[in-house]
Amino acid sequence: MKLGFIVNPIAGMGGKVGLKGTDGMEILEKARRLGAYPEAPKKAKKALKLLTPLINDIEILTYPGKMGEDEAIALGFNPKVLGEKKDIVGPDDTEEAARKMLDMDIDLLLFAGGDGTARNIYNVVGDKVPVLGIPAGVKIHSAVYANHPRSAGEVALKYLKGELTRIREAEVMDIDEAAFRKEQVTAKLYGYMKVPFEQQLVQSLKAGRPEEEESARDSIADRVVAEMKPDVLYIIGSGTSTRPIMEKLGLPNTLLGIDIVKNKKIVASDVSEREILEHIEGRKAKIIVTVIGGQGYIFGRGNQQLSGNVIRKIGIDNIRIIATKNKLVSLGGQPILVDTGDDKVNNMFNRYMRVVTSYNEEIIYKVKGL
Amino acid sequence: MAKLKIRENYHQARWDEPIIYELSTPGERGILVPEPEPEIKNKAGDVLLNLPESMCRKEEPNLPEISQKQVLAHYLHLSQETLGSNLNNDISQGTCTMKYNPRINEKLAGLIHHVHPLQDESTMQGLLAINYKFEHFLKEISGMDKFTLQPGGGSHAVYTAASIIRAYHESNGELEQRDEIITTIFSHPCDAATPATAGFKVVTLYPNEETGIPDLEALEEAVSERTAAVFITNPEDTGIYNREIDKFVQTVQNAGALCFYDQANANGMLGITRAREAGFDMCHFNVHKTFGTPHGCSGPGSGALGVREHLVRFLPVPTVEFDGEKYYLDYDKPESIGKVRGFFGVAPVTLKAYSWVMMLGAEGLKEVAEISVLNNNYLQKKVEEIPGVGTWYAEGRRRLEQVRYNWIELEEETGVGTDDIMRRIGDYGIQHYWTSHHPWVVPEPFTLEPCETYSKVDLEEYAAVLKKIAEEARKDSEFVKASPHKCASHNIAKPEELNDPEKWAITWRAYLRKHKK
Repeated sequence: MKLGFIVNPIAGMGGKVGLKGTDGMEILEKARRLGAYPEAPKKAKKALKLLTPLINDIEILTYPGKMGEDEAIALGFNPKVLGEKKDIVGPDDTEEAARKMLDMDIDLLLFAGGDGTARNIYNVVGDKVPVLGIPAGVKIHSAVYANHPRSAGEVALKYLKGELTRIREAEVMDIDEAAFRKEQVTAKLYGYMKVPFEQQLVQSLKAGRPEEEESARDSIADRVVAEMKPDVLYIIGSGTSTRPIMEKLGLPNTLLGIDIVKNKKIVASDVSEREILEHIEGRKAKIIVTVIGGQGYIFGRGNQQLSGNVIRKIGIDNIRIIATKNKLVSLGGQPILVDTGDDKVNNMFNRYMRVVTSYNEEIIYKVKGL
Repeated sequence: MAKLKIRENYHQARWDEPIIYELSTPGERGILVPEPEPEIKNKAGDVLLNLPESMCRKEEPNLPEISQKQVLAHYLHLSQETLGSNLNNDISQGTCTMKYNPRINEKLAGLIHHVHPLQDESTMQGLLAINYKFEHFLKEISGMDKFTLQPGGGSHAVYTAASIIRAYHESNGELEQRDEIITTIFSHPCDAATPATAGFKVVTLYPNEETGIPDLEALEEAVSERTAAVFITNPEDTGIYNREIDKFVQTVQNAGALCFYDQANANGMLGITRAREAGFDMCHFNVHKTFGTPHGCSGPGSGALGVREHLVRFLPVPTVEFDGEKYYLDYDKPESIGKVRGFFGVAPVTLKAYSWVMMLGAEGLKEVAEISVLNNNYLQKKVEEIPGVGTWYAEGRRRLEQVRYNWIELEEETGVGTDDIMRRIGDYGIQHYWTSHHPWVVPEPFTLEPCETYSKVDLEEYAAVLKKIAEEARKDSEFVKASPHKCASHNIAKPEELNDPEKWAITWRAYLRKHKK
């Protein structure tokens, strides 16, 4: 078995000094001046330590110095080191490392970092090989990360030993750090990567098996399609939960964007806020949205096109929230969140709402507007 | 008073016992049935020829061929690999209401084994009287107007309730409109599942973090002209008692819907509160939980369903009635939902429960509730003192007769979670605990329910074992994760196969088909 191992050594440095991420060299300097020290190597070691029982059975491919080599050697591994050692490393190095490892047919890529790191990995790896994130960054919105470093090690160990064979799709999400530092949150859903599945240990899927999730999403989609009325515009939000709706209708789906459907035919794909507003002008419309990411947003993360304006025009009673039961459970009792950037619209959501969880089931769940 | 002792050196028997089919030797027999004498043979002929063809097997059954001695040894070995029911510290089976089942009642039940439900009513007046009188007890305890003892268990009774609700709305011409039932996430799963089986859609309420019960506001969002009924357990699985239950009932009834009270575990409220005073239209009891009769393999279950006057006409038939002189079975209910099970109830369970109530009396029933709650309060204090244990929702508020605890903190600190601890408990010679129904809304959960029959030492033993394991987790997490170490069987070799329909086998035939190709 070949394991790719990448550490983003600067991930997480901003957090302790209140900087909300370290994407960008300038910010990194600032973090260092404020006394930040590298967190990620320690966390990566914590995870990798659990793989020591396989020391003679796996080949570790990694990058020089703090990008993985040091951590692996410190634990007694004898890794194959790719690439050249550099004093300062950045996102390009993460991507380059992932690319080289992909070329060498790794079985699993274990990486330590935050949402920025996950994005870099996603840019190169996509869904070509299974990956697993060791949470070490300030921002962890992506579901490709394990709950904590130790569980990343446990899942990786089981996967490499062949005890785990199931794979699920997990979200890669990131927020714009520059905006975040100014207290504005704009998050985007970048895509999905393949992650080994283990009950309890991987983020945001604390109870559901992949096949259960799939059948639950299927059942929800049947309900949504059965409820569709003639001549009403259906604005289908992004995410894997809405995908089966489009599949059942036999329509092309934009996983990371918004599509509009009327009379079970596609009206427009991957629309912008402006386009949505044009389409709904003077017409009856409904929004179908799902909970995105591990933090429970239905608006304001990964679907900014569904703006306050759009929601106001369509009306809160014409919003259908869909989510599997396990997704709701994974919120750990926290409310579903709405952050449209429009306070008045956000406030409309401070109430209980119905969430469709299967063909015949709904859950009344608390929603909170930020 | 007895002294607390943790059984540190306990070790369960491990027989590595083969499956009985693997012990089979062709031609070997336990009992050789003698041939009938020629005289009888001549007179009776081949009696088997008289069996209807539809009742005859096409092939011989595949039974293990094995001697008496080996059969006895086999089952002795298997029994030594269990902790036994009624013989252990079972306080850990939260939501199951495991209490000691008095032996005398088992003896009594043995006295009616010769009675057959198809006998003429006049020849089983005693049994019918016991059924009738036990129903009367349940009416007093709940305030309902009429009960059926026909369902064979709790979920079965809840399904019967759903069927009655369907019949009620149908009779009012509202069934098509009223297609939703409301329940809560911490009500028993059958409160959602059985109405769904009866054709209803299910709307589920989540609790408020602070109070641990759903807000009235959430219920109001759920209730509409489509609501057929609410199915609610109280206290919920968390052990939190909903003190606003009457307001819930009012809200639902104002919308023209019915209210069903799941009282499967009524241990904390016997003689204290009644479904009637809270306004409910119907309620049920798991006779094999609250009323002192055994669960599962020790005896069949029984679910008693009670209704108010306006629903009596829909009850299953027959009901047991008394005309002032004799007891009889009444089938004359044109609007009845029909039968949900053969005959009129699980007679041995009814008899045991009747005896249990008679032994306690009204004051005794109340004492059952008081001691159950007291036991739970004491245990909660002990368990919450263990570093790493938490109780989600309504922090600091007392529960009723059980508590859903969690090991979130310990798991974060050591990586040892509730499943690991559960397996380790067996190493101390006591029952592992019940975690939670699925999905695990409370992460790393465990649920303890110390009924009235346990002693202070029993409670202390359980808490002390949990404390010890939490300490072990901090010292050597891998040791706890690799547990059990002293039980009959340690780990399932291929746990993933339990999830795989191609691999799991619950019969020998399935095992041969799937694994010995």
